[in-house]
Amino acid sequence: MSASPAALTMEDLAARQLPVRCRAALDAGARMQFMYAWFPEGPDTPELRYVLHPGRGEPPHLWRCRPGKESPPSLAPSAPLLSWYERETTDLCGIAFTDQPLPQPLVLLPGARAARPPLLPGPAPQLSYTPSPHPLPELAGTAPEAIQLLPFGPVRADVLESTQLAFYYLGEAILHYHPQLFFKHRGMEKRFEGLPPALGTVLAERVSGVGGVAHALAYCHAVEAAAHCEVPRRAAWLRVLLGELERLYNHLHYLGHLCHTTTLKVGEAQGKYLEERAKQINTRVSGSRLLRGLLVPGGLRREPVLAGLAADIARLQSDFQIYAGQLAATNSHLDRLISTGVLGRRLAFDQGATGPVARASGLDRDPRRDQPHGAYAELPLRVAVRDGCDAHARQQVRIEEITNSILLIRAVLEGLPEGALCAECRPAPAGEGLGWAETPRGTAYYAVHLDAGGRLRRVKIKSPSFSNWRVFPYTVHDTNMMDYAINEASFGLTVAGCDR
Amino acid sequence: MALKLMPLWTLYGLARGRATTRWRGQGDEPGQAGLLGMPRFDPAKCQDGCRDCAQACLPGAIRLVAGDDGVERVKVDYGRCVVCQLCVDACPTGALTASQDWAFASRSREDLVWSRAALSEEGATLEREIRRVFGRSLHIRHVDAGSCNGCESELQALSNPYYNLHRLGVFFTASPRFADLLLVTGPVTYAMRGPLLEAFEAMPQPRFVMAAGTCAVSGGTNGGGYACGNGLEGVLPVDLYLPGCPPSPPAIIHALLMLLRRVPQRVRGGRIPPGEPPAAGRHA
Repeated sequence: MSASPAALTMEDLAARQLPVRCRAALDAGARMQFMYAWFPEGPDTPELRYVLHPGRGEPPHLWRCRPGKESPPSLAPSAPLLSWYERETTDLCGIAFTDQPLPQPLVLLPGARAARPPLLPGPAPQLSYTPSPHPLPELAGTAPEAIQLLPFGPVRADVLESTQLAFYYLGEAILHYHPQLFFKHRGMEKRFEGLPPALGTVLAERVSGVGGVAHALAYCHAVEAAAHCEVPRRAAWLRVLLGELERLYNHLHYLGHLCHTTTLKVGEAQGKYLEERAKQINTRVSGSRLLRGLLVPGGLRREPVLAGLAADIARLQSDFQIYAGQLAATNSHLDRLISTGVLGRRLAFDQGATGPVARASGLDRDPRRDQPHGAYAELPLRVAVRDGCDAHARQQVRIEEITNSILLIRAVLEGLPEGALCAECRPAPAGEGLGWAETPRGTAYYAVHLDAGGRLRRVKIKSPSFSNWRVFPYTVHDTNMMDYAINEASFGLTVAGCDR
Repeated sequence: MALKLMPLWTLYGLARGRATTRWRGQGDEPGQAGLLGMPRFDPAKCQDGCRDCAQACLPGAIRLVAGDDGVERVKVDYGRCVVCQLCVDACPTGALTASQDWAFASRSREDLVWSRAALSEEGATLEREIRRVFGRSLHIRHVDAGSCNGCESELQALSNPYYNLHRLGVFFTASPRFADLLLVTGPVTYAMRGPLLEAFEAMPQPRFVMAAGTCAVSGGTNGGGYACGNGLEGVLPVDLYLPGCPPSPPAIIHALLMLLRRVPQRVRGGRIPPGEPPAAGRHA
């Protein structure tokens, strides 16, 4: 369920208290989730928000801090995953943090300048941009001239999203790897400003196209929290169905693409064929291959078409089981996955890994169970966890999640309650809400603040690929070129979600 | 054990049979049942003074524009439509209705704007030129200029066994030096504008540009703002527009075959005329 500010616990902290409280919370087993800034009373009075999870089964806890003109302390030294959020806040809100370990711009590319920080209240002028080389680390050692630099992208081979990858390598060995993201930064958070909340859903569906249902769901949860709106039970169950259909086609694509990188050609073709069948099922259910256009704050816009769905899913399931069995028995495929791209449990936790990536590194976390949203608490949800920490474990988690999603879809079809499809959802003026949902790639959060007229004033998007792209390079340094594509595919990242 | 595994996949693949469907090119391709396209517009059903559809339209595809007589009328630009269907929900009179009109590729931007008069068809010279240069083959360089990844998801689907794009002589190529067509997705972010222009400059002539997806056509919901342009408007000359959010694989295939003059354009004046004879699929 989404949580209203009343259900959430929020504390006001002074800037100087933040580092001490952060360390204490981490020692007590909490995890920082994300932070953002907004300007409730004008550009001179920023307000920082920190969202943390005290522990399983508890709702998120919020810290609010108004640092005034003072520069707030960075929390990255104790909670490294906050580093990117702080740097993003510096770029887009103009707030610098003291003792930030890496105070370079993150979201704004080298050579990009904002005449005025874009997320300050009011209109944001276009960025000015004179492309300049990315600052890359200095190389030292006995023979630095022997080390080669491969800057790859932003336009890459095949049909891929734009991003630039810089490899320092020696023969086959990668010494250092740096992904230069944010070529696709579109300023999505700013685009929500001034919209009526219902129209924001259309935008949330288009932040990360292949996670549109879960993004829109997290957004709707946030608006519903601000409106203290109770979603009708039938709509909550159908939202589970849509979310799991989205997981299904994404994970099938993932397996097909992973086979592409291990050059298992028939496995690639079959994975992508099953994905196509899942997308055609989506079309029959929703009219959209990506399941767009059904969600709205308060419930659903119209009834999805469920006739024939149970039979379609049953056919897909039986073909998938044979396929998954084949993958699990193909040594040439498994040899390339096992021990590739190792992400240790501690690293995954500290740097903020989320979703199947975190669960394949032994972190037993899933908000569908731990901070249940929608109807998940009423349904037979299983959480797939592995402790292999490698590309193989990430594949295993995805395979098990496909089976689990199918079980959830069948449970929804068998027990779907009758009733209304949408409740009135009118957020209180100047209200706020926090919502979340488990996308196929991990947890998405939306924090929504409304103005006195009930329109959107500030929307913060915490997207799972932003979290997992931060983690990913740690699994690439000191590995080899031949494994890179397999490792990247095993993470299942999107650039659009990260760059926003 | 290892010896037995490779034949297993081959047999398994053969046992699956042929997944590829025939390309009929008639707008009723298999596997697309229920796929919603651009809402149809019938201005005769509009109520005076009603602006419900325009208020429900996030990307501004529906606007009220004052005519010569000073009366405001609804103007529909499908180049900005993201197929969210909110106008259909909002319309009180049925002037906007859901449809399966997704084969919306057009050579001219004007043909995406609803108008009473259908625009003229192109001449035959270009057709001969295209056949002479490309034969029946086309190589595409795709550039993501800031999409949401929805368009990439559908472009990648073109290579799955169902659509099997290669059978039509159309290929994605890594180098712009080998490319005939620059296929652009996304609203063109400030950072991707430069690499996009470089990719275009690297292409040999004759070369073509396709704006795939509403973002590339007009900016859609995501264009403008502090970090984006409005698609290819004012960036590159466009030979083919394909709005859609995202355009479905058969819509993309229709557009690519249209570029090669293997199927005719179906949309005229913002609509697919009723009773239009089905497009002839000469390659099926």
